[in-house]
Amino acid sequence: MTTAVAARRAPLRWRRILLYAVLVMAAGLYLVPVYVLLITGFKSQQEALNIFTMWTPPNVIGFHSFQVAWFGAPDSVGLEQGFWNSVQMVIPATLISSMIGSVNGYILSKWKFRGANLLFPLILFGMFIPYQSILIPLVQTYQLLERYTGIALYSTIAGLVVAHTIYGIPITTLIFRNYYAAIPNEMVEASRIDGANFFSIYRYILFPLSVPGFVVVMIWQFTSIWNDFLFGITLANTPKVYPITLSLNNIAGSFHVPWNIQMAAALLTAVPPLLVYIFLGRYFMRGLMAGSLKG
Amino acid sequence: MSRKPRNWERAVSILLLAPSILALAIFVYAFIGWTGYVSLTRWEGAAPDFTFAGLHSYQRLFLGQGTDAIRFHIDLRNMVGFTLFFLIACLSIGFVLAVLVDQRVRAESFFRSVFLFPMAVSFIVTGVAWRWILTPGDPAIGAVGINLLLEKIGLDSLKSLWFTDPTVKFITPDSPVGQILNQIGLGFLASSDVGYAMALTALVIAATWQLSGYTMALYLAGLRSIPDELREAARMDGANELQVYRHIVIPLLQPITLSAVIILGHISLKIYDLVVSMTGSGPGFATDVPALNMWRTTFDATLFAQGAAIAVILLFLVAVLIIPYLAYNTRAEAQR
Repeated sequence: MTTAVAARRAPLRWRRILLYAVLVMAAGLYLVPVYVLLITGFKSQQEALNIFTMWTPPNVIGFHSFQVAWFGAPDSVGLEQGFWNSVQMVIPATLISSMIGSVNGYILSKWKFRGANLLFPLILFGMFIPYQSILIPLVQTYQLLERYTGIALYSTIAGLVVAHTIYGIPITTLIFRNYYAAIPNEMVEASRIDGANFFSIYRYILFPLSVPGFVVVMIWQFTSIWNDFLFGITLANTPKVYPITLSLNNIAGSFHVPWNIQMAAALLTAVPPLLVYIFLGRYFMRGLMAGSLKG
Repeated sequence: MSRKPRNWERAVSILLLAPSILALAIFVYAFIGWTGYVSLTRWEGAAPDFTFAGLHSYQRLFLGQGTDAIRFHIDLRNMVGFTLFFLIACLSIGFVLAVLVDQRVRAESFFRSVFLFPMAVSFIVTGVAWRWILTPGDPAIGAVGINLLLEKIGLDSLKSLWFTDPTVKFITPDSPVGQILNQIGLGFLASSDVGYAMALTALVIAATWQLSGYTMALYLAGLRSIPDELREAARMDGANELQVYRHIVIPLLQPITLSAVIILGHISLKIYDLVVSMTGSGPGFATDVPALNMWRTTFDATLFAQGAAIAVILLFLVAVLIIPYLAYNTRAEAQR
């Protein structure tokens, strides 16, 4: 009897070992770029120049690459300006688009009007379009607006904020609508009987329950706006307003910038969204899932 | 709602929604129409020229003989090749990882996080990192990057030129397969217009690194929603593990696969940042894609009409994928 059980267990144990071996190997493979970024970034200039040791960790850990990547060198621009531009862009765009999404989601889930079900997919379509199909009018609109009203949106941070806010509305509305739809209507109805109206229901019932929803939406918006490149390259035409992804691309795209500086710059660009991912990964996941429409 | 919304509440709700609707009506729908109109004009050069030119730009892209037509055909070929291999890689790797992670493993959340973290990073970062890893080196200075590793472990035969590889693999008309295709009237498939540019593999690797974890997350959510009793019952009936997956799990995951194909597919049709940062257009446009072509044609070469036409074609392809999906999701929800 015991031998029979043992015989059945033995292949099982081997299977577990194999399972972990495969998982660990896969995890190792996924971390290869991180390994390369880290070891190259921490190398000294001299050590990094020897590309045949590119897979070997640095002999001496130095911060020179990060320093140059951040502050720039006489012949190259650093990330510093781009970083602060991105900060100035991402904070208002995230806050405003989340707020708008919350109100829209509230209306579309608890104050459904006739035609709301038709309107919703029309709103959502906006998050799937290739932005190439709106870039020409966007640039033209910004330029015309400046010529006729003096409102400067083309090649300004404000212009980037406006674009990210508007094109963020579909996803923020989607996530909040699904979030509020999960809050039972009975709660809303009960407060109605107590005399609550449109505003007080939002203010005292939905909004206080929205914290996790806001975290999900704001993380989503923060990461996608921080990581955006297309709006940046189209709407910003001076280094003064380049978001960080553009600064990174310029550092990596110029041939005289050594690899170690490029890797350090890539690492620095990735740090803010990675920090968010590490500390708030659970909420990041929920945003991802909402992105596939399964709320 | 038990108590009917009062009129002012109705009005306020619509009033509060109106700015968003208006913004999207302009910035999405009117702008698309505007782009469509630009694609029908003669606009070439920095100053707008709205002289109507009909389908001139489309004709030039699809039927022309010039380099812009050649480039556009290459773009479409690359888009198909990239999308195909990217989807296959993401779905298979994502599924396998999800099944592995689903085996009640210790440190499950660690593994999940590692597979998913690339999703949090910008495509530009991905491109910069992978361009370095896949830099091929050359015979004069020696192998670099992955090639260097392959050389060290004695797998020289796997070395590749990666994104600098100018070759395009296609079925030659006089090969056995080409002859068969010719006989059944599919001879056009056996030409370099329908090939696969080897340089795309580098992009596929980087994009798969970034998005296979996301596919895993989708599948994992699907696996977790399949009740254990179902699998248990199949096992009771004598099915082995493989059969359980083949006959129970995979069919039940079909909606997930469909979602994944649509989400990943539309990302891959739109792919732009990764190409810019990793390879650019590549040797002989080997890694050029419509989204990149549109941007360069419009904003670098200031051929606005033609850029707009490429944008419209790209939008059309994405819409073909997305609109049925949105319609399906809306209907499914209405039935709930």
